[in-house]
Amino acid sequence: MTDTGIGAPVRRKEDFRFLTGKGHYTDDINRPGQTYAYFVRSPHAHAKIKKVDTKAALASPGVVAIFTGADLAAAKVGSLICGWAIKSRDGSPHKAPPHPPMAVDTVRHVGDHVAVVIAETYAQAKDGAEKVAVDYALMPAVVSVSDAIGAKAPQIHADVPKNLCFDWELGDKAKTDEGFAKAAHVAKLDLVNNRLIPNAMEPRAAIGEYDSGSDSHTCYVTSQNPHLLKLIFCAFVLGLPEHKVRVVAPDVGGGFGSKIFCYTEETVVTWAAKHVGRPIKWTAERSESFQSDAHGRDHVTHAELALDKDGKFLGLRVETLANMGAYLSSFATAVPTYLYAPLLCGQYATPAVYCNVKAIFTNTAPVDAYRGAGRPEATFVLERIIDVAAREMKIDPAELRRKNFISPSAFPYQTPILLQYDSGNYGVSLDKALQMIDYKNFGKRRAESEGRGKLRGIGLSSYIEACGIAPSAAAGALGAGVGGWESGQVRFNPTGSVFVFTGSHSHGQGHETTFAQLVSPRLGVPIENIEVVHGDTAKVPFGMGTYGSRSLAVGGPALVRACDKIVAKGKKIAAHLMEAAVEDVEFAAGNFKVSGTDKNVSIAQVAFAAYVPHNYPADVEPGLDETAFYDPLNFTFPAGTHIAEVEIDPDTGITKIVDWVAVDDFGKVINPMIVEGQVHGGIAQGVGQALLEACVYDKETGQLVTGSYNDYCMPRADDLPSYKIATTETACTHNSLGVKGCGEAGAIAAPPALINAIVNALGVAHIDMPATPEKVWRAAQQSKNKLAAE
Amino acid sequence: MPTVSMTVNGKSVSRDVETRTLLVQYIREHLGLTGTHVGCDTSQCGACVVHIDGRSVKSCTVLAVQLQGAQVTTIEGLAKDGKLHPMQEAFREHHGLQCGFCTPGMVMSAIDLVKRNPNASEETIRHGLEGNICRCTGYHNIVKAIQAAAPHIK
Repeated sequence: MTDTGIGAPVRRKEDFRFLTGKGHYTDDINRPGQTYAYFVRSPHAHAKIKKVDTKAALASPGVVAIFTGADLAAAKVGSLICGWAIKSRDGSPHKAPPHPPMAVDTVRHVGDHVAVVIAETYAQAKDGAEKVAVDYALMPAVVSVSDAIGAKAPQIHADVPKNLCFDWELGDKAKTDEGFAKAAHVAKLDLVNNRLIPNAMEPRAAIGEYDSGSDSHTCYVTSQNPHLLKLIFCAFVLGLPEHKVRVVAPDVGGGFGSKIFCYTEETVVTWAAKHVGRPIKWTAERSESFQSDAHGRDHVTHAELALDKDGKFLGLRVETLANMGAYLSSFATAVPTYLYAPLLCGQYATPAVYCNVKAIFTNTAPVDAYRGAGRPEATFVLERIIDVAAREMKIDPAELRRKNFISPSAFPYQTPILLQYDSGNYGVSLDKALQMIDYKNFGKRRAESEGRGKLRGIGLSSYIEACGIAPSAAAGALGAGVGGWESGQVRFNPTGSVFVFTGSHSHGQGHETTFAQLVSPRLGVPIENIEVVHGDTAKVPFGMGTYGSRSLAVGGPALVRACDKIVAKGKKIAAHLMEAAVEDVEFAAGNFKVSGTDKNVSIAQVAFAAYVPHNYPADVEPGLDETAFYDPLNFTFPAGTHIAEVEIDPDTGITKIVDWVAVDDFGKVINPMIVEGQVHGGIAQGVGQALLEACVYDKETGQLVTGSYNDYCMPRADDLPSYKIATTETACTHNSLGVKGCGEAGAIAAPPALINAIVNALGVAHIDMPATPEKVWRAAQQSKNKLAAE
Repeated sequence: MPTVSMTVNGKSVSRDVETRTLLVQYIREHLGLTGTHVGCDTSQCGACVVHIDGRSVKSCTVLAVQLQGAQVTTIEGLAKDGKLHPMQEAFREHHGLQCGFCTPGMVMSAIDLVKRNPNASEETIRHGLEGNICRCTGYHNIVKAIQAAAPHIK
């Protein structure tokens, strides 16, 4: 390992610009002649639009134009689409009601878009929007899934009876029932996976620009996948020719899933820029983000786990109601189905699993992928019900897990629910985590806490995730509307420096460093001479962007292939330069060498020859610039064990996290510093979900109660502990790097670890997230009263 | 429109602005210094923290017209001749940033925090960062960076 090679904690190449205020986020970009957009949004959860009067607004100072949903409909702007087709149990396709970028006759959630006001300044656009008079006829609203499937619930879309988007299942029901028939014990659990608002720190933003000279459109946007957005714009929503559209996602300040999707705002500014004849910039205020970024999670679940008398799992049954919000966001249907149910085996050799998911429309913001997307929901169900079973059967939770782990000799392991795990050794991660947290002496620590009047608890979570949705054909067979491959391009410049182009996108993950680190030893070029380029459809050949912890696992092997092509072509050029046979040329450490001789040329010399081909092989094309695409053979399966230890003050209900251990198997690690950072951030989001965060809509009015940082509790530095992080390694067997992905693990593992620790401390069966001081205090009092009564 | 003059990163600047212009708008839109970020509309996220006369202030909480003659330092004013300020260097060394959006405010707050508490404990640092939200790092490495930088900041 060199200082910058694979496995080295290389300090990030991108940091200098971020630390000196020289990052270029979308809102930092200003285009000549730019105007500003402000959206008029519905203050109501459900209403008919009787009339939109824009007269006064058009007369407001600085206002340039106003467009309404009716204007977009008249211009034949299409529906925002959902790109994953789900079949219900009865074989019918999921209900896909229209999702116009701006409401035409009905608004269906608070923050739904009604009109856009475009003005000379942002303040003037906002002032103008105040003057748009919308006459609404209110309708009853419904915000929770349990209410929305009720017989008396208001119907949100004309063609969607009972607000049921789909009723889907996975697994062998009969075989699962057999497991339950044999069971010595059945653990049951009802739980809520709380709705979250992603809250990337950079609010979404977009600038639309039209060039009449070339009849082309450019959209600068806070996107995790600019190519995908372009595809959606062109093929579906705006119907623009692809060769006339450029989407640029510059520095993006966090995404966590929320910037995958095609939203109203970028659609409208891109469309309207042509009509206004000037660039249009929109930047969300945080309140707008709360109202109309896609939210995450929001499941209500009943689960049952069948066990034999020794604690072996015989079957798992799960019934879930998943909230879709008012409209289907870009990948909404995939999240509570194929990204959720197949993960219900976890790390365990459960012989049969059956899961039924009903997806329900409500008068709330659309729900879609948020860090982990389906996998945290599955892990929470499984890791919680295992602890319920452990408690009821008086088996140590660590032992119950170990007893049911898939044996390390069983890989590749075919689960009964679609997935085939390629590699893993779950006991190793569990053992290491138990040792790091000193599990065996927990009793002493608990006694010590009790001596101080505090309740101490410990909780485990042995999670698995499936990363890099692939292969394309398999995903397509399950309903995916897009491929799961990635592109990579490696271009030598004539003077020996290198551009690396990737179709994935970095919005905090440090790709500019990791990918340079990956390419550097393969080409023998120092990382400071490698520039990683991403996020611009005019520069990068094509790409699927970044989601599902896919960038390294899918984008990495594409770059390896491109490097291999560079070396293969370089050998031909080098052979010519050294007057040797191609088969006699070896490549190592940046040098082409004739085997068994001291003749050599550097890759920089070869690159120069490729661009100044005066002395050059006749049958080789000039240039040294290679592109590769990679479609994975399977998902990757990172897994590990997290353990949380908490101390609760029963008088205040405040939970203090006193220790946190994370042992993760991400396969090969390229940059351990970046990987640890990803784990820290993931855990923080998981802790946020478990302790602090909840998106709340008022049950009667459908108003968003948690619409700002005053009401939605984001994790602060003093809410969180320092973490103890370690990794174990079983290489991924089906990609050339052996890598698995690490971006979502923390957010998947953390919530059940923490809730398991809290219920362990309190001695209760369950507590719903977020376990706020009030809930914890109530549970502590009940527990105390129950003990006193016994 | 009133003329607002102040010193920003050691340079005298003067702009005619609407009275409702916030300092953060003055900095970003009128001076083109886009390193200072806006992450919320309720003065909680801290992405816009700058130094006014040496103290950290959320630049969304003050009007530009209140700052006639003030000395303002933004993230762009910290590095000298391409050399990072010790706090910036510590953030780089300890991977205290990911997406970089909260980073300018975080760095500006951190400098003021350690100036006021030169021997700050981890707990004091965590408490002192309550006004700065980071969604990426889980704060672990931010805290480490601040602890490491503290002895080098006067």
